[in-house]
Amino acid sequence: MTHSPLATYQPEQRALALIGGEATDANLRRYLHGIPGIDAVGLEARAADLGTRSIKTSSKRWAIDTIIGLIDLTTLEGADTPGKVRSLVAKALVPDPGDPGCPRVAAVCVYGDMVGAAVTALGSTHAAGGTDGTGVQGVRVAAVATAFPSGRASIAIKLADVRDAVAAGADEIDMVIDRGAFLAGRFGQVYDEIVAVKEACRRADGSFAHLKVILETGELNTYDNVRRASWLAILAGGDFIKTSTGKVAPAATLPVTLSMLEVVRDWHRLTGVRIGVKPAGGIRTSKDAIKYLVTVAETVGEEWLTPHLFRFGASSLLNDVLLQRQKMTTGHYSGPDYVTID
Amino acid sequence: MKFLDYAPAPESQALLNLKSDYGLFINGDFTPGRGTPFQTINPATEQQIAMISTANEADVDAAVSAARHAYDGVWSRLSGSDRGKYLFRIARLVQERARELAVAETLDNGKPIKETRDVDIPLVAAWFFYYAGWADKLDHAGVGPNPAALGVAAQVIPWNFPLMMLAWKIAPALAAGNTVVLKPAETTSLTALLFAEILQQADLPAGVVNIITGDGSTGQTLVNHPGVNKVAFTGSTAVGRAIARSVAGTDKKLSLELGGKGANIVFDDAPIDQAVEGIVRGIFFNQGHVCCAGSRLLVQESIQDDVIDRLKRRMQTLRLGDPLDKNTDIGAINSAEQLARIRELSDLGQQEGAERWSTDCVIPTTGFWFAPTIFTNVSTSHRIARDEIFGPVLSVLTFRTPAEAIAKANNTPYGLSAGIWSDKGSRILAVADKLRAGVIWANTFNQFDPSSPFGGYKESGYGREGGRHGLSAYLKPAVRSGSRSIPAVEHTPQAVASAGKKSASASKKSASAEKAAK
Repeated sequence: MTHSPLATYQPEQRALALIGGEATDANLRRYLHGIPGIDAVGLEARAADLGTRSIKTSSKRWAIDTIIGLIDLTTLEGADTPGKVRSLVAKALVPDPGDPGCPRVAAVCVYGDMVGAAVTALGSTHAAGGTDGTGVQGVRVAAVATAFPSGRASIAIKLADVRDAVAAGADEIDMVIDRGAFLAGRFGQVYDEIVAVKEACRRADGSFAHLKVILETGELNTYDNVRRASWLAILAGGDFIKTSTGKVAPAATLPVTLSMLEVVRDWHRLTGVRIGVKPAGGIRTSKDAIKYLVTVAETVGEEWLTPHLFRFGASSLLNDVLLQRQKMTTGHYSGPDYVTID
Repeated sequence: MKFLDYAPAPESQALLNLKSDYGLFINGDFTPGRGTPFQTINPATEQQIAMISTANEADVDAAVSAARHAYDGVWSRLSGSDRGKYLFRIARLVQERARELAVAETLDNGKPIKETRDVDIPLVAAWFFYYAGWADKLDHAGVGPNPAALGVAAQVIPWNFPLMMLAWKIAPALAAGNTVVLKPAETTSLTALLFAEILQQADLPAGVVNIITGDGSTGQTLVNHPGVNKVAFTGSTAVGRAIARSVAGTDKKLSLELGGKGANIVFDDAPIDQAVEGIVRGIFFNQGHVCCAGSRLLVQESIQDDVIDRLKRRMQTLRLGDPLDKNTDIGAINSAEQLARIRELSDLGQQEGAERWSTDCVIPTTGFWFAPTIFTNVSTSHRIARDEIFGPVLSVLTFRTPAEAIAKANNTPYGLSAGIWSDKGSRILAVADKLRAGVIWANTFNQFDPSSPFGGYKESGYGREGGRHGLSAYLKPAVRSGSRSIPAVEHTPQAVASAGKKSASASKKSASAEKAAK
């Protein structure tokens, strides 16, 4: 496919060029409804088929380590404290105390008011996409914002929420879209909010915190809606599209993630720009996570299997992956007491 | 290392316990055939798997008389629910031995283990379960109360879905109360013989099912045998024609499941990614060795470039190689002969001016392989758009309007299957109504279910398999003593004269009824 000049455009110019006018409800509606639909049965069958890939021996070993490096280790509880966050950070840096060769996770994901605690706990190992002093990949700090998880607050509150987290040192912002507005057809409002949040991600030095846009697919209900919301989020300048908050069931599923990966693939074909995907919530076992790796590799290509372009939003997944890793190293299954709780 | 070079994940062969020689399964026992034995090979490695017997005329005769004896002595006297019990037992045994059957099928046929494991063998069990349930409900099969079995059924099946085709044939025949002599294809006899072991395990009365092996001449002897009441054949149109000719004039009932050149029609409002999946499933499933394959892609001109681009990307992820590897999508071509035919037709396609594109996969050095291939710029007059290739080769044609799509889809001597891809339900129904094909899939392709009748129009054959319709192919209406005399008198001119008007109108009626049945 030829990459059009769209690749060199700023997100807003690009959106204007694609939508063919201002981002009004009517223009966006015309654009989003012009995207080919999804046959739910076919999509689910394809996802199930990808789930039958048999990943063994050396491939499994590579997959396990890759999964660890793609995890956003998450704690999003009302009961979170700086102490809990310190513990999470320690786990993120040294997932398996018994094996110093175990890779670090990609990021820790916390509420906005815990960003400071996370940054402090990480110290020199906090790295915004780079490496720490020892040359090892640093761990990033991601903050959920915009009145997570419901998104039901005024735009002023949402933007203040984002600015606070960025000022406290967050490298990545996980925002939620206004699902109410989306389902009511107020696409322009959803678009404008994402643009505004992106702007609020700007740091004093002019750089931007990475923006992940949470669609909350469990509330969007249909794959067609998920596909349109994905396009909308990307058009508005999101760096990542993320399935869920983890607070609504169903959270991430393989078919939903596949449908979002297809959007990302099509966006790349169209503009040459790579967008990330983050399934979050409900992925608890290595076996499930490997199915996601396969789906990414066979849909958009394995160059997407890097923290810049793919993440798992998960908390309990890490320990199951570590158990599998120990099994592959030692040849024996251990048990839950051989991995640490964070 | 590239992640997509998945490490080998071969299915174990440890479960298999094959013999080096297989005899014929006649009257409940294996007996050596009197013809010259032949070897069955693994098409992926060209290594011999086992030696298979050939049934000569005397063996065929022995098998047919065993079936007749079992019909008269046991099977026709059993109640429907008792026949059902045997079928349920067979279905459960197939499930118990599913892994073993899947590995054997993959070895012998060359199709990938993921298909034998997830499609072929589960459908075999499903077919037996389904028809087991019918065995005591024949009153509702659509041929009136108390229908009667036909007697001995001669069944000849192809190599593309060896055990599945066996199930499609044997399950309804037994449920309806017939006994069976079945001949599997020459290159894929193995699972039929393992199935014979299952019949022994199930304690099926001797002679109810007889399995004889050999080449085409064995099959010919079988269908021509005068002791046979029903002939069921699945395979090529040429052989089907020959069988129809030899059965003509006898009172054998015949059903034929022949070739196809299915059209897969993609409209511009189709769910595009699923349509691409459906195109892939339609033509590359089972290496395209599918009589109902969607071997002609009819894509609306306005979306052709996008669809072809997506299709090529998707095809590059198809994994060709060791059929026993659980990640293999495209297995081996079943025989050198079939490979030669696929090569011949695709070379012809190129010569005729169509544009050829194949995936750049590594072809193993031994065995029979053909890379997934598509032809674009194909015209309706090209051989590759008309002849059944029976391989992983797709011909892409375009259309502009629904009327043109329907005309092009129907413009084939075959009429087995078609697919329609559109988000608009009313269009799907309107187009399906005008397609002359026995099976039409909407927004999916190559889906099979025992409850759904399957069969063709035109040169794709006649008769239906599956569902209630498949059952009635093995039944005839109850013979009532009172009505018997009417057809008898028709044959004597004197009786016709004396019966006068009444008899003439009766014969007219029966002729029109016969027409309707066809």
